[in-house]
Amino acid sequence: MTAQRILELLDGRLLLGELPEEEIHSACGSDMMSDVLAFPKERMVLLTGLTNAHVMRTCEMLDVLLVVFVRGKIPGPDVLAEAEKRDIVVMATPYTLYEACGRLYSNGLPSGVSTQEGRCGEWVQSH
Amino acid sequence: MGAITLKESYPVEAGDFSTAGEASGKIKRVLKKLGIDSAIVRRVAVAAYEVELNLVIHSMGGHMDLIVEPDYLQLNVHDRGPGIPDVDLAMREGYSTASDDVRTMGFGAGMGLPNMRRNANDFSIRSTVGVGTDIEMGFKL
Repeated sequence: MTAQRILELLDGRLLLGELPEEEIHSACGSDMMSDVLAFPKERMVLLTGLTNAHVMRTCEMLDVLLVVFVRGKIPGPDVLAEAEKRDIVVMATPYTLYEACGRLYSNGLPSGVSTQEGRCGEWVQSH
Repeated sequence: MGAITLKESYPVEAGDFSTAGEASGKIKRVLKKLGIDSAIVRRVAVAAYEVELNLVIHSMGGHMDLIVEPDYLQLNVHDRGPGIPDVDLAMREGYSTASDDVRTMGFGAGMGLPNMRRNANDFSIRSTVGVGTDIEMGFKL
């Protein structure tokens, strides 16, 4: 899926950078950066409601092409500065995380999790 | 083990969330410059970031040493305590002692140590309460 198509499907607003021309292959939706780090994927878009600088640092480690902030959240200038330093393209959408992910998934953008049918494998018991 | 191509040490301060990730970012840029395969660079970067966050969140400070050889890369990490009382428990996915503050920043899901082990080809951890923790990760190039 192209970044342009993502912008259209999410009624998005481009906040920083230019839409990448390369095809985006996978997506992840989470406010938990620990979980994002646990499932790296190729050519990924990250959808999140978390608007701190660690989102950009996490994206740098994973080579994330595009970050979409959900629920109309516009990050502060410090967060955008962190994105700019790392050449990360940033977009905002008025949709909730659930709705935004659903729009992309139902239009053919997979999760990219390599295990069967997008499942993550083992059950994880919290302590 | 071959000749060392590069050896660098990166200090990490305890509790300094504002700079957490900078050492890992530097490591990633260094490895990219060396022309190492991007998929391997990403695995090292993720493991480095996880361990750097652990040092910031849980430790009293420490350092990360990067040693690159022609066919192997080592990331050796040492902190100055407080040490992990039950390493087997800490290695379980979902186990975390991180504060609510850390969780609101998007971390502390109990995925850090297991994720380091998942990304590295070789992984070892030794910890002594009151002394510190040593983590050694190895990546085949």
